[in-house]
Amino acid sequence: MDFTYWSWDTFLEALPFVLQGLGITIGLTFSCFVFALVFGFVWTFLQRIQNKYIKAVVTFIMEFIRSTPPLVQLFFIYYALPVLPVIGVTLHPFVCAVIGLGVHFSTYIGEIYRSGIESVDKGQWEAATALNYSTKDKWLRIILPQAFPPTIPMLGNYFIIMFKEVPLASTISVGGILFMARTFGSEHWAYLEPITIVGILFLLLSYPSALLIKKLEKKINHRFNTSVMTKNTNA
Amino acid sequence: MSEPIVQFKNVHKSFGDVEVLKGIDLDISPSEKVAIIGPSGSGKTTIIRMLMTLEKITSGDIIVDGQNLWKMEKNGSMVEANQKHLRSIRGDIGMVFQHFNLFPHMTILENCMTAPIHVKKEEKTEVRKRSIQMLERVGLGDKLDNYPNQLSGGQKQRVAMARALVMRPKVMLFDEVTSALDPELVGEVLEVIRDIAKNDDMAMILVTHEMDFALDIADKVVFLDEGVIAESGSASQVIEHSQNERLQSFLSRFRN
Repeated sequence: MDFTYWSWDTFLEALPFVLQGLGITIGLTFSCFVFALVFGFVWTFLQRIQNKYIKAVVTFIMEFIRSTPPLVQLFFIYYALPVLPVIGVTLHPFVCAVIGLGVHFSTYIGEIYRSGIESVDKGQWEAATALNYSTKDKWLRIILPQAFPPTIPMLGNYFIIMFKEVPLASTISVGGILFMARTFGSEHWAYLEPITIVGILFLLLSYPSALLIKKLEKKINHRFNTSVMTKNTNA
Repeated sequence: MSEPIVQFKNVHKSFGDVEVLKGIDLDISPSEKVAIIGPSGSGKTTIIRMLMTLEKITSGDIIVDGQNLWKMEKNGSMVEANQKHLRSIRGDIGMVFQHFNLFPHMTILENCMTAPIHVKKEEKTEVRKRSIQMLERVGLGDKLDNYPNQLSGGQKQRVAMARALVMRPKVMLFDEVTSALDPELVGEVLEVIRDIAKNDDMAMILVTHEMDFALDIADKVVFLDEGVIAESGSASQVIEHSQNERLQSFLSRFRN
């Protein structure tokens, strides 16, 4: 095959090099996701405070974070934060990425939690009150067990979206697969093969994950339709 | 006559600018069965929702077993009740809802067991025994491990009654418990209420449109009209001897 742009030798040379970054990419995805899952609770909690001033401030901050590109946020944390007086700190690039992407996506995840909580019928709160549950038990035993399952597919989707946003971290020198591909490219003056490898790796990881989540979604819907869910049937 | 278990003293309730209840005075003795009747929008449901603490009162007092429900003493003056105060009194009251409000993620046995175990901290095996007995009493002893949405509306409502009874309240509230049911399922639910009314000595307050049934089991009938108690007394007093025209016209709608 006379295809001068593509070299299988380069491909085979680039493959192990790029794969070195796979652990970081996957690790960063999970770290960001866990961070966002936990931090999402904070948003949901803050949004539930019944004070219109606090509510307005929280809504503004969430909108601000969501309306700003994650790349800009990463740059801010990595480049701008260290030069600020008093609060300025220099963080490891990986930590910057976890905080930057984690906080960005936590605003969406908080929204998912909220929709899950709001999907629980008002009558469930009233029944729990009538049975004299404490606030804590109301949440843990009645509301959250019903609010959480329907959010699982949405959370899964955000996991995949985050996975695809993680390469942004290469811009602040976190050594994921895209960063490794660019490093290989600049050293060998060959970009086609390493970047192609990155694309293939993302496909190989995100497509099966998407299928898995679809399957999960079906399972949950099924469970909810046949034995648990109630919404319009007045359980 | 014994001390009332529940007292409403000049209770007002407004939703925004609309005054729904305009001064309710009502005494309910222990074990008394009270039916609240009246046109829709007259505030019947609001009365029992305030007693269940699902709705705040605007002014007045509700006294439950000698304690002020919505107010508590703090540093010598009466202030609005906090959650702790409400919880300490609310345990005496149970409620059955129009839309059942069973917990969909629990089996019907778990629905009955959860509150005695987690709220009253009772011993599990005893609660289990009592719950099964109660579910058998309402005719659902063969459905213990079913989930609520595997049941008919009438069955769900019977579970809801068992769930409330297992808590052993001193006052049971029934909020239009047959209104959401298909007509052919109403009878089975009324049968259970009749059984409770006859055999249990707790006080009961029923908000209902089942007129004949209410008049049959109630010791006292309260006719609520435009936010006030327009008539109150024994069933026969209210039905046969009342001169209240609005009550007569209201009742005539149920007599075909």
